[in-house]
Amino acid sequence: MSRSFKKGPYANEKLLEQIRELNQKRKKVIIKTWSRSSTIFPIMVGHTIAVYNGRKHIPVYITENMIGHKLGEFAPTRFFKGHGAAHTERSTALK
Amino acid sequence: MARITGVDLPKNKRIEIALTYIYGIGLTSAQAILRETGVNPDTRVKDLTEDEINKIKEVIDKKYKVEGELRSEVAASIKRLIDIGSYRGLRHRRGLPVRGQRTKTNARTRKGPRRTVGARGKKTA
Repeated sequence: MSRSFKKGPYANEKLLEQIRELNQKRKKVIIKTWSRSSTIFPIMVGHTIAVYNGRKHIPVYITENMIGHKLGEFAPTRFFKGHGAAHTERSTALK
Repeated sequence: MARITGVDLPKNKRIEIALTYIYGIGLTSAQAILRETGVNPDTRVKDLTEDEINKIKEVIDKKYKVEGELRSEVAASIKRLIDIGSYRGLRHRRGLPVRGQRTKTNARTRKGPRRTVGARGKKTA
């Protein structure tokens, strides 16, 4: 179910504060965050936010058409390297 | 012969059903169109008068996004997801289900026909 409109979009307050501060100073610094569930707000456009994926922070450059998505959508948590390596190993073992 | 929005011309069917042959029009919008134009949903397409066809055409042109235009909109939305590098974009790129469905089994609509992989002599998955 999607979030009720009454509440408005969610974003971590600390993160928003940091962004506002940077906007005031007109500076661009990479901000680290663990808040994958934060919605991308228009004020974040142009910043680079390092989003935690459970292992490390993935730098995400925020563009205009990312607005409304969540930060976590841009930092994948799983890496699938394919079954290839396991497959060749097994087939050689069987021969 | 009824020819609405380009190529679509189903015949011998009730107009209510025939309209759903247009990409972007399902049963609900087909019924809404007929209600607005005052056309009886039970008339067969071949029995429609010229006037009725024109009225239907007009409503579709005015209120609905159909066929090519709709297709390009959908394609553009998907392209946007891919371009911004979102998770949903990644799933589209790989041809896997986008909305969190399981892929251990099923998901054949997205993945296409089964391709068997695995070692020789083993049970095929």
